[in-house]
Amino acid sequence: MGVGVLVLAFAVFFILPFAGLITRAIEGDRATWDLATSSVARDALALSVWTSTVTVMLAVVFGTPVAYVLARTNFPGRSLCDALIDLPIVLPPTVAGVALLTAFGRRGLIGEPIEAWTGFTFGFRTLAVIMAQTLVAAPFYVRAARAGFSAVDPQFERVAYTLGASRFRAFFRVLAPQARSAMLAGVVLCWARAMGELGATLIFAGSLQGSTQTMPLAILGAFEGSNGLTGAVALSLVLLGVALLALWLFRVVAQRAGSEG
Amino acid sequence: MVSGRGSRFSTPLRATVRYRGRAKRFTSLAFGLVLLLVCLGCSPTIIVKGDPAVTVFAASSLTDAFKEMGAEFERTHTGTKVTFSFASSSILSTQIEEGAPADVFASADADTMRAVVESGRADEPHSFATNALVVVVPRNSTVVQTFSDLAKPGVKLVLAGKDVPAGKYARLMLANASGGQGIGPDFSTRVLANVRSEESNVRAVLTKVQLGEADAGIVYRTDVQAAKGEVGAITIPGELNVAATYPITVTKEGKQNVRARTFVEYVLSKPGQEILARHGFGGAP
Repeated sequence: MGVGVLVLAFAVFFILPFAGLITRAIEGDRATWDLATSSVARDALALSVWTSTVTVMLAVVFGTPVAYVLARTNFPGRSLCDALIDLPIVLPPTVAGVALLTAFGRRGLIGEPIEAWTGFTFGFRTLAVIMAQTLVAAPFYVRAARAGFSAVDPQFERVAYTLGASRFRAFFRVLAPQARSAMLAGVVLCWARAMGELGATLIFAGSLQGSTQTMPLAILGAFEGSNGLTGAVALSLVLLGVALLALWLFRVVAQRAGSEG
Repeated sequence: MVSGRGSRFSTPLRATVRYRGRAKRFTSLAFGLVLLLVCLGCSPTIIVKGDPAVTVFAASSLTDAFKEMGAEFERTHTGTKVTFSFASSSILSTQIEEGAPADVFASADADTMRAVVESGRADEPHSFATNALVVVVPRNSTVVQTFSDLAKPGVKLVLAGKDVPAGKYARLMLANASGGQGIGPDFSTRVLANVRSEESNVRAVLTKVQLGEADAGIVYRTDVQAAKGEVGAITIPGELNVAATYPITVTKEGKQNVRARTFVEYVLSKPGQEILARHGFGGAP
């Protein structure tokens, strides 16, 4: 009985905020619908979806080798590298935003020389949004993939080597298939984190409809706006719907991957 | 150690009893925790009732002036504590309408204030200060040198959002500049095409310029003083500029708090007005 009460309390706490959101949306009626389908919502959603997709791709392409090296090799300073990768997970994203500015800003470490040579600036571009998301979200993928690789017995790869497989081949045919569910979980975490990124983007990329205003920034903007809470509720519902759809899709993919493996 | 003890009482019955006992202890611990949280949740209100504190929600542009105002008020009204929440007036008004515990609300424009008053959340306001807009540029930057340079293609301009008072005033001013005595009929369109970011409050605009990320921004005259020489200012021709009027009021919440009214009176008094003037604000109209 006691455990049941605890479970119930937890469930109520998690369900109430969403119930509030939906109640407000129904009260808002027509206004909610208009705001949820406005150009601000459309542009922000499109931007959020494609920047977070690029972020996940970058995380997989660059993060997988990093995770592999961390899991399978031993070199001096490995634990330091490990800690460095975890750093963005622990720090608030606002710190990531400030850090990006000090490196890539117009007065930043390499931002300044780059502008002097080429005239190129990072700020206020969609590229800056992707950079912010990658710094904040990619570590989630690396961490998950690394844990997945470490959990696989290295004997399997050794057997593959004795059969003449290259490191590359052993990774793709032996290690990756066994670590697949961990890698997928990392992809989901990374994507979710990128989708929700607010602080670093606000500081490093700015906020403008169509180029840097992602969904969380649009929700903040709507909250400040003349429609106040109704606007924020409408946009939040859109994001909630997309998140549910994406999570369901990931589930289907993961199940299929599981049944194949 | 726990498992070692467990193996000594290894009959199934004992195990169940042990489990039950542990679960009970765990449950009561959890209830205790919940009770503690509830108490923590209640205690601030208890403290506020006995404690002479005033919570002031104020527009971001008032940050420096009101911090000084608060310190002076605490000094002259011994034992009173003033807490501030600075954000864009539009955010603050939404928070107040949703029931945030503000005693005093100081807004950067009349529209935002009117929304709060009309929702029955606050008393009739008093105007206590005025401000004007100015163009700010990073120190040593030569991209924007005159007001009309704002329309040059490629200028990275940052404004406050459309619903933030500073952003509203800036767009109003640009519309003036496109009118009769202005610079040209398409001036506003050309300037707005240079906008690279719409920030959530006026201080964020200032920061983007201070950092050199933006070539120019439009902020209040008083913000330049707050940036302490880190930005250059370009005056906006007087006939185009917009006079921002700041209203202040006691909220419904604050009516029970005598000190809320005293704070508003202090802002309107001579010493209060002197602090505002020192920070570059114009007097109450």
